[in-house]
Amino acid sequence: MVGEIKIENVSKSFVNPDKTSVTALENISLNVEAGSFVSLIGPSGCGKTTLLRAISGLGLADEGQIYVDDEPVKGPGADRGFAFQQSNLYPWLTIKENIAFGLKARGIYKEKKSDVDEYIEMVNLKGFENSYPHQLSGGMNQRASLARALVGKPKVLLLDEPLGALDAFTRMNMQDEILKIQHLHSITMIMVTHDVDEAVYLSDRVVIMTPRPAKVEEVIDIQLSRPRARGSQDFIQYRTKILKILNYAGENKEPEYYL
Amino acid sequence: MLVDRLIPLSPKQPASNGPCFFYLLCILGVLSLLILAVSFFNERISEKLVSSGPVFAGGILVLNIVNIVCGKFALLPVLFFPSLDRIFEVFINDRELLGECVLSSFKLLLYGYAIGGSLGLLTGILIGFNKTFSYWMDPFTKIIGPIPPTSWSPLVLSLFSTSYQAAIFMITLSVWFPITIMTSNGIRNISQAYFEVADTFGAKKLYKILHVGIPAALPSVFLGLFYATTGSFVTLITAEMFGCKLGIGWYLNWQKSMMLYANVYAGLILLALLCNIALKFLFVFREKALNWQKGVIKW
Repeated sequence: MVGEIKIENVSKSFVNPDKTSVTALENISLNVEAGSFVSLIGPSGCGKTTLLRAISGLGLADEGQIYVDDEPVKGPGADRGFAFQQSNLYPWLTIKENIAFGLKARGIYKEKKSDVDEYIEMVNLKGFENSYPHQLSGGMNQRASLARALVGKPKVLLLDEPLGALDAFTRMNMQDEILKIQHLHSITMIMVTHDVDEAVYLSDRVVIMTPRPAKVEEVIDIQLSRPRARGSQDFIQYRTKILKILNYAGENKEPEYYL
Repeated sequence: MLVDRLIPLSPKQPASNGPCFFYLLCILGVLSLLILAVSFFNERISEKLVSSGPVFAGGILVLNIVNIVCGKFALLPVLFFPSLDRIFEVFINDRELLGECVLSSFKLLLYGYAIGGSLGLLTGILIGFNKTFSYWMDPFTKIIGPIPPTSWSPLVLSLFSTSYQAAIFMITLSVWFPITIMTSNGIRNISQAYFEVADTFGAKKLYKILHVGIPAALPSVFLGLFYATTGSFVTLITAEMFGCKLGIGWYLNWQKSMMLYANVYAGLILLALLCNIALKFLFVFREKALNWQKGVIKW
């Protein structure tokens, strides 16, 4: 199995326009087993995305080190796919060209042509290959974006709330779709989400983070058999537990507005 | 046609060698009848005719008014406002010279546009992607850019051995500036996310420039091309006035100094036609290259 991630004492801070510095990540250590699904959950703006970007190499950590299969992360690479919050498809390319972009960038498109068709079919976009992104719905674009991130067969897929902008039904369909892909190719997946249900439904482990600076508050193993029933007693128990911790972690601790 | 034939020409207007405006009207008339005939069989032409008919009718109306005011009643000074017959006569009498002029201007424009365009794209891309280059180039574009290219003429005329080269240089400059600015601006306005997506696939820098930067900046580049086209015509005319031996600008200047305003108007009409053809080409080209934008923006 490949795709094991080790995060060791990672810290990162940003400098605001007014020169003050904000610590986004503080001394985070976390191990993610190969082929597992881990969710990062926590109040908004707490640095989940920063951690995800550090793993992808888009924004490197100031201190500490991240290893993917014992290789230190020094920059972005094709072994770690990234599904963005917005689909970020290139508007000047058709759906098929968009999905093939990563393969072409690496110069392996010719050998992997059939993979593109396979993934188009997998995300149910057959018949829309030659459409431009603006001609399709948000959900379809997000599916295309997922196919684009996956077609190069990365060891790790990092998901930055890719389902956040979708309606509830499309979202649930996509969740099943993602699980299917993960199961099929045993890809390690790390997902940032705000949705506790989504986290419990998808994850082997849920990592709860504290607000600024982000630290790991608690890691919860979800020991439910798959496929999971969203309404089952155990499911709801896990959900309640996470919500409790999140409250404790600081969300809504103080009223945001005073009258 | 009736207006032209029935109202007698004002005696103040010098007579032309033939009713050339009438000939033009005849050609237009036959053409429109032909198009009308075809439109009965072709759906697309028919639709086009319906939409563009009023504009054509309006154009003819304007021609009629001009004909009556200038030619028939000579309400304006005859020297500066010749009859339409005499203007269109020029196209027949001076056709060889005009043809050469158009060819010469076109060549000049082509050289300037090719050199200025490619240089502009290159500098624009470098400014957009390379911070160091942008740092050193920025003051240069800021100072050179706003100076009208034609005001370089005294310097340029002494620097280059022929005035032809000088004209090419000025046109190059007038094309280079808007393309550089619009290209670098276009690149700077690209969403960072597009590059990050490419990064996550392990794309190399050059690949990102060619396959993300340039396509994303293309709408802006085309805007630069449009500015450059209109700007280059202005520069062309002025540049040719400075010592070229041929060209539309030279022709206009020469005829003006001889007080032959009919020829000046004919030259202007030709110029407008040329400019429009150039822009039309650009539009067709854009339509091909930016097909994906249809539906994203108001086309």
